[in-house]
Amino acid sequence: MKKVKVYVTLRESVLDPQGSAVMGSLHKMGYDEVADVRIGKYLELVIEDSERDVDSLVNELCHRLLANTVIEDYRYEIEEVVSQ
Amino acid sequence: MKFAVIVFPGSNCDLDMYHAVKDELGEEAEYVWHDSKDLSSYDGILLPGGFSYGDYLRCGAIAQFSGVMDEVRKAAEAGKPVLGICNGFQILTEAGLLPGVLLRNKNLKFMCRTVGLKVENNSTLFTNEYEQGEEIQIPIAHGEGNYYCDDATYDHLKENNQIVFTYADDFNGSRNNIAGIINERGNVLGMMPHPERAVSELIGGKDGLALFRSIVKQWRESHVSHA
Repeated sequence: MKKVKVYVTLRESVLDPQGSAVMGSLHKMGYDEVADVRIGKYLELVIEDSERDVDSLVNELCHRLLANTVIEDYRYEIEEVVSQ
Repeated sequence: MKFAVIVFPGSNCDLDMYHAVKDELGEEAEYVWHDSKDLSSYDGILLPGGFSYGDYLRCGAIAQFSGVMDEVRKAAEAGKPVLGICNGFQILTEAGLLPGVLLRNKNLKFMCRTVGLKVENNSTLFTNEYEQGEEIQIPIAHGEGNYYCDDATYDHLKENNQIVFTYADDFNGSRNNIAGIINERGNVLGMMPHPERAVSELIGGKDGLALFRSIVKQWRESHVSHA
């Protein structure tokens, strides 16, 4: 089995009002060194071993559902899970 | 004319949609559950507002894979009128039946009020009962109504007259104040404002009724033999 950690983020070209609001709040708190905040999503998938290549599977899942590639980018990490 | 009002888990404008076509216009309408496998007996498809599947992941993201959506695609391909309002619009963009996407409002607030809308294109089957350039008053109620698309898509929409409604004022950050767009073929309309909530003076105005009248009028004219 594999654990896949998927990170979905808004594309650079897309405004992130939520991130801007959080940055404004951090600035009000005095953290002026924070230059940018972008908010995204983090998903963990556990995938059973099969014939299917994990990369092609994860890319397909991301394209079809997990990310909307009109506005979002995604990246992922794969970890081997040792079953107990 | 017989309408299907698609009901997803979390839809909440389905009753208003039904009321608009059934009670106000006297047409046939039925609620159709989201796992239905056959829409062939309906002449028009209405995707109501609400929060299908709790807006999980992204608005409309889960609903695009509901069983009924293959049938909605078929209806769109067959040229039947498909109208998505609010969450219905979000579902149509996620399903790829309309371009672009609806982002969080620029001020991060859920906004519920009546706004001015400009009819940018009155030569569609959804707007033939309006005047070109007419300003109408229609309620909005959304947190994610900020229409976004890239430059190429916007140019394409503009060239093909696919921008049907724009907001008189910018309040949610939508690109060029876009409130509603239509597909190239002209039979799939998505819009964030709620015409189904503006169908009687008793509830504050009836500027939305002409949209439903337009659909029915067009259908009658193209089905004269049924009359």
